Amino acid sequence: MHTSKSSVPDFLSGFWRESIKTLKILSRNKMGLFGFIMMILIILLSFVGPLIWPPETSANVAEINKGVSAKHWLGTDFQGQDNLRKIINGGKDIVTIALITGVLSMLIAVVVGSFSAFIGGRVDSLLMEFVNIWLTIPKFPLLAVLATVLSLKDVIMLSVLMALLDWPALARQVRSQVLSLKNREYIEAATMLDLGTPRIIFRELLPNMMSFIAISTIFEMTHAIYQQTGLVFLGIVPYSSANWGVMISAAERRGVLFNPQAAWSILAPMGAIVLFQLALVSFARSLDEVFNPRLRTGV
Amino acid sequence: MTTITTSQTTPHPLLDSLRKVASSYLLRRLGKALFTIWFVATITFFVIRAMPGNAIDILMQDLTAQGVSAEDARNQAAALMGIDLDQPLGSQYLDYLNNVIQGDFGHSYRSAGLSVTKMITTVLPWTLFSVGLSLIITFVLGIALGTIMAYKRDTWIDHLLSNLAATLDAVSPYLIGLLAILFFGIIWKLVPIMEMRGSMSSGMKPGFTLAFLADIFKHVRVLLLVYVLSSIGSWMLQMKSNTVATLGEDYVTVARARGLTDGRILTAYVGRNATLPLFTRLAISVGFIVGGSVLLETLFTYQGIGFLLARSISERDYPVMQGVFLVITVSVVFANLLADYVYGWLDPRIRLVGGDN
Repeated sequence: MHTSKSSVPDFLSGFWRESIKTLKILSRNKMGLFGFIMMILIILLSFVGPLIWPPETSANVAEINKGVSAKHWLGTDFQGQDNLRKIINGGKDIVTIALITGVLSMLIAVVVGSFSAFIGGRVDSLLMEFVNIWLTIPKFPLLAVLATVLSLKDVIMLSVLMALLDWPALARQVRSQVLSLKNREYIEAATMLDLGTPRIIFRELLPNMMSFIAISTIFEMTHAIYQQTGLVFLGIVPYSSANWGVMISAAERRGVLFNPQAAWSILAPMGAIVLFQLALVSFARSLDEVFNPRLRTGV
Repeated sequence: MTTITTSQTTPHPLLDSLRKVASSYLLRRLGKALFTIWFVATITFFVIRAMPGNAIDILMQDLTAQGVSAEDARNQAAALMGIDLDQPLGSQYLDYLNNVIQGDFGHSYRSAGLSVTKMITTVLPWTLFSVGLSLIITFVLGIALGTIMAYKRDTWIDHLLSNLAATLDAVSPYLIGLLAILFFGIIWKLVPIMEMRGSMSSGMKPGFTLAFLADIFKHVRVLLLVYVLSSIGSWMLQMKSNTVATLGEDYVTVARARGLTDGRILTAYVGRNATLPLFTRLAISVGFIVGGSVLLETLFTYQGIGFLLARSISERDYPVMQGVFLVITVSVVFANLLADYVYGWLDPRIRLVGGDN
C-alpha cells in the first residue's frame, strides 16, 4: 500500500499510458471515434461556448423566423434570435442533467444490484419484489406529479429526483449481470481466497461488466434528457434558463409548429438532442472493445 | 416408521390448503397488484398531505393569497380533497384509503363543483380507446415485421428494418409527435392538423354510426401513428431475436425433417413459441404508452386522461392531479395483471411454478 504514495509519477505516467492506449483502441472503431469526438465537442461547446458567444439579450424584430442562411446557420426563432447561438447556450443544462442522473442512478443500481445478487436469499427476493412493483408504476406521470408538488428550483435537484425514481430498473439489470458472472471460475477463486464481498464486487466483478455499465448509464442519460424535455413541455420545470428542451417547448407554444417558415426553430434543438444521443450511444458501443481485451484481436 | 414420518411431514390439511392458495399463481399476482395500488396510494397521500410542502399546504397558501381567511382556506382545501384535517394523521390516512377504494377523489379546485371522478370518467374512454387500439396494432405489426426480419436475416430488408427499429426505439415519443405534426401537418400538408384537435368534432353525437366512427378515427389517426411508431421498434427487435433463437431449436429441425410445410412450421412451431415471451412485454408497453400519453395527448389536444393530468398540472389543480395519477397507475397495474393472466393461460409452464409440487 505504501508504494502508491511514493510512486505518484509512476502512477501518473501509467495513467497517461492507459489513456493513450484507450484512445488508440477507440480510434480503430470509426463509429466509436466519431461518437467520442462528437461527445467531447458538444460538452466543450456547451460549457466553453457561452463564454465566446454569449446569449443575445434583445429580440431582433427584422429577422423573425428566418430560414437557414450564411448569417444564421440554423435560422432564427420567434424573437429573431440566432438558433445556433441558442443551442450553444442551451447545452449546459442538458449535459448536466444527463451526467448527474445517469451516473447517480447507475451508482445506486450497481451498489444495490450487486449486493443483492451476492447476499441472495430473502434480502434478494424482497428487493427484487420491490423492484418489480416499482417497475409497474408509470414513471413519467409519477415524476411529473412529484416535480410539480416539490417545485424544484434547479437542474441538480431535478436530476437527483430522476435518479431516485429510475435506479430500480437498472439495479435489476445489474443483478442479473452479476448473477451470470458470479459462477465464473475467477470469482469462485476470489471467494475461496476469502477476499470479502466488497473487494470481490469492486475489484473482480465490476471491471468485467464495465461496458454493460457504460451502455446502461448512457441509456439512462438519454432517458433523462427526454424526461426533462417532457417536463419543460408540461410547464413544470421553470423557464429560468434557455436549454434545448425549453427551445422546443417555446417554439411549440408560440405556434411555430404551424408556421412552415419556422420549422428550423424546432428542428435545430431536436437535432442537437438526437446528435448528442447518437454520439453517446456510438461511443458506448465502442467501449466494449476498450474494456473487453478479447474483442481487440483484430488489431 | 413410515406412518410416523408421513404424519410429521404432511402439514395440517387446512394449513396445506392455505399454503396452496398463497402459492397459487393467479392469487399471488392479484395480491401483488393490490399491494402496488396500496403503495402508490400511500405515496400519493404523502404528497398531498404528509410531506413538507404538501399539496394541501400549497392549496391553503394559494387560497389565503386570494384574500380568503386562514380558517376558510383550511376548510375549503380540506373539502376539496375530501380530508378531515382535524383528525390525527393516521385516521386521515385511513379515510383517504377508504375514499380511494370507493372511487372518491375529492373535487376539482379550478373547475368549481366538478367531482374528480366525474372528470376522469369523461376522459378515460378516449385514452383506453387510443392506447388499446395502438397497442393491438403495434403488437400485430411488430410481430409480423420481427418475423420477416428473422427469416430474411442478413439481407438488405433485415438491415433496413433493424436500423429503422433501433432508431425509432431510441427517439422519444414526444419528439416523434412533434415531427409528425411538423411534417404531416405543416410541411407536407397531408392531414388538417387544426381540425383534428380534440377527441371528436363538436356537435358529433356518440353512437355506433358510421359518421361518428369516421370522425373519431379522423381525430385519433396521427396520435395512433405516433404511438405505433414510438413503441414498435422494441417489439420488432425483440421478436426478431426470439424468432432467430426459436429457429435454432431442435423441434424446428425435426419438424423440417418430417417434411412439414414452411407455413405450418411458422404458425405452429416458430411463431407460437417466439411470441409467447412478448406477452410480458405487453405490460411494460402499457406503462410506457400511458406515460407517453401525458405528453402526446397534450401535443395533439386529444382529451384523454394524459391530457387531463397535464392540464391539472399546469393549473396546479391538486385534487384532480392526485386522482388522475392514481387512476393511471391502477389502470397500468391491472393491464399488467391481465397480461400476466393471459401469459399464464397461454404458457402452462408458468402456472405450474410454485403450484402443486
